[in-house]
Order: sequence, then C-alpha cells, then structure tokens
Amino acid sequence: MINNVENITVDNLLDKVASKMPLGFRFVTMTCVDCGEHFDILYHFDKNYELSNFRLSLKKGESLPSISGLIFAALVVENEIQDLFGVKVTGLVLDYEGRFLLTETAPERPLCRVPGVMMVEAGKPAEAAEVK
Amino acid sequence: MAKNTIIPFGPQHPVLPEPIQLRLVLDEERVVSAIPVVGYVHRGLEKLAEQKDFLQDTYLIERICGICSFIHSLTYSMGIESMMGLTPPPRAQYLRVIWSELHRMHSHLLATGLLADSFGFENLFMQLWRTREHIMDAMEATTGARVLLGTCCIGGVRKDVSEELLKSVLQTLVTVEKELDEHMPVLLNDYSVKQRLCGVGILDKQVAYERGAVGPTARASGIAMDLRTQGYAAYGELDVEPMVETDGDCYARTKVRVRELYQSLNIIRQAIGKIPSGSINVPFKTKPDGEVISRAEQPRGEVLYYLKGNGTDMLERLRVRTPTFANIPPVLAMLAGCELADVGVIVISIDPCISCTER
Repeated sequence: MINNVENITVDNLLDKVASKMPLGFRFVTMTCVDCGEHFDILYHFDKNYELSNFRLSLKKGESLPSISGLIFAALVVENEIQDLFGVKVTGLVLDYEGRFLLTETAPERPLCRVPGVMMVEAGKPAEAAEVK
Repeated sequence: MAKNTIIPFGPQHPVLPEPIQLRLVLDEERVVSAIPVVGYVHRGLEKLAEQKDFLQDTYLIERICGICSFIHSLTYSMGIESMMGLTPPPRAQYLRVIWSELHRMHSHLLATGLLADSFGFENLFMQLWRTREHIMDAMEATTGARVLLGTCCIGGVRKDVSEELLKSVLQTLVTVEKELDEHMPVLLNDYSVKQRLCGVGILDKQVAYERGAVGPTARASGIAMDLRTQGYAAYGELDVEPMVETDGDCYARTKVRVRELYQSLNIIRQAIGKIPSGSINVPFKTKPDGEVISRAEQPRGEVLYYLKGNGTDMLERLRVRTPTFANIPPVLAMLAGCELADVGVIVISIDPCISCTER
C-alpha cells in the first residue's frame, strides 16, 4: 500500500540516491524492517508532499553502504539502524559503532529477529543470553 | 595556530529540559563543530510496540512524548485506518483537529517559555507558562487528562465533547488571546531579547532543505512546508497556511511559533464553528494488513509512521521518525561558527524533544 516504491540493489544504491537530490527531493528518513532472511531497507524522499521510496533487500550478514557522504542527514538514522538491527553500515561520516542510541549494558540488536539476540536479558551481552 | 578544545554541553545542563549531550569543538569561544551524543532516554518503544496488539499500541505510542502525545496517536491511528480502509466520522475528524491544535498551542507556549528562560528572562517564562495552563485546563475539561489524553482511537475518537464544553473552550481562547497580546510584543520587540535571538544560529534555506529540517525550524528558513495543508483529519475543510519567515535565525523560529499560536486559535475557532453532529467512531472487525506510511504535522514538524501489519493483532513493525530526530543535522549546521554563549539558545530554538527522538 506504499506508493512510489522502486526496488534497488546495494550496487546501484549510491547512484540512485545521488540522482534524487538534484531533482529537488528532501531526504525524510530510512526504515529498516526485519523480514527473516533479509532486511528491507526503505529510503524515503519527499517532494511537494509526495513520498518517493527506494526499497533495498539486504541479506543478513551483508553490510550496507552509507549514504551519509551524499546526504549528511542520513547519518543519524543509519547509526540507529546499526544499533537496533546490527546491520553494519560502511562509510559513515560519523560512526558511533553501535552505541548511538544504546548504552553499553543494553541488549544488542534489539530489533533484529535472530535467535539468541532477540530476547536477551538487560545487562548481559547478547551472546551470553539464553533464548527464551 | 590555535588549539581546538572539546567540551561537553549536557547531558545535564540548566538550559536543557531533557538530557542530550553535545560535544563542542571550540576554537577559543567559537564553536567549530558539534557532535551529538544521545541515548539517555531511549526506552525501546518500537520494540515494545511489536509485543502489544495494535489497539494497545494506540495508547503506548502516546507515551513517546508528553508534549505532542495526541498527534502521535492520531498519526498512528490514521495509518492503521488507512490499512483497514476505515474512515472516521466527520465529528471525530473535527475533534481530532481541536485536540491537535490545543497540543500545538501548549507545545509552542512551552517552547517559547523555555526559550525565554534560556536567555534569563524568567518573568516572561513564567507568564507564558501561566497562559499555557489555560490550554492544559481546556484539555482536562474536554478529555479528563492534561497530557496523555487517551482520546484518539482506531476509527475515530473515544470521547465526545458537549456543546457547552466547546463554548467553554472558546471562552478559554479569548483569555489566551488576550494574554498572548500582552506577552508577545515583549517576546518579539524587546531590545535585549532581539540581541540574543536576531542573527544567531542562522540556518540557510538550502542547508535546511539538504539537512531535512522540518516544522518551524524549516519554515523559519523560508521553506513553506506544513502537512496540515494536505488536509488530513478535518484540516481540508479549514483555512491553514504555512507560517513562513526567511531570516533562518533564532528570532525567525520564535516568530514562526508566535504566528502559529494565533493560527491555532483561528483553526480551533473555525473547527468549533463548523463541527457537525453525529457519531464519533466507526466499528470494525478487520485486522491491519500490509504496509503504510502515515504523516502529520506535530508542533515541532513532520512526524512519520511506518506500519507493517500481517493480518493479526500484532504489528510486524512500527517505526517512528519524529521531528526532532530530523532536526538534529540542521542544528549541527546552526552551531558551527556560533559563540559558545549562544549554544543554549540555539539548541532551545529548535524546541528539541529528546524523548521523542529516542523513543
């Protein structure tokens, strides 16, 4: 039910994003969704109140190139995705290394649906926690 | 060559209502750059939302923010309604506008009061917050709550407001307008206030756009963007125009909020004048399925909800991008090159909500 969605790949991500800005689009945000075997990474742009979206399917374990070199505003949301989903974002202009929103004692990758890291007990490293 | 110094601004600082740290890189008294450090009030609400059903989420996401709580639940409800093909009754749409604008007013009064406090004008701060109390009383009278209204629900609203109460809201607006007429000339014309705000923390229009600024922060830099003009709820039947200034400084951001206070008075009066009678919600039996993006204009700017349902009671994903989250990169641009003494005023001028930002 989301209109204006174009599927893109890791290979053409930067070119696609770079093509948006000269057309007058405003970067709104990104959304990461855990789809089991892969993550859906959505890039939302706005022009005249119309949203235009890219959807990138990223296999778990693959790294995601940062667009923060092209769009500085993406810096915060890319760091958030790195924190909450454990997606490694490469080329960030400022990399918080998984400690943007989360403290050192917080559960790791809390929004990533991977056995062993989904239901960790607060204060324990994810690897040491039991799966409940 | 001068040696740069890094000092922490926050997370506990007299000017900050909520905890955020800025690591300021200074060349003597001038800020070279700023690095935001957040995470002090992250509560994992997006994760919790996946563990509650979509009806409970209506009340959970209201707790993202104590200032724009109603508009959070409104935006979420609009998204779920879009997924389920529901159209709330007209009366509910008007009530949603009235409560949204009451929230905008109390938020802007809170923000301008905090701004006055940030440059030491405590008397003005108290006067503005006293006026804000009238709005809080109006919300309590119409919903039974001052902050977390709990009135927005999937399909409409939970509570109706009697004609008598609507008249009392109109009377409250008369009092508020009278007090605004007394306070706002001081805020906008006082010499010392202008000295602290004019030409400080300038955000160029192009930079504002490139960095994704929203709300009064964007409008004060000349970007005419206000989602209310797109007509969600009952806004399509009311006169709404973006309040735009072009100087891009702290004064312009304050002026936009002052103009929006008067605009909200006008919108509420229009809404009460036009509100139809009838039911306030529609029943439903379906469950949310599919993906949807819902957006609305909060006091601080555009809020975006991404919702993904799977036909059950539980949502697969609930993602919120709040306006302050979008305004972090722009405020870093404002801080570069400013004086250390202006950092507090500049940060407060975007009306930051850290609880919203971190969820």
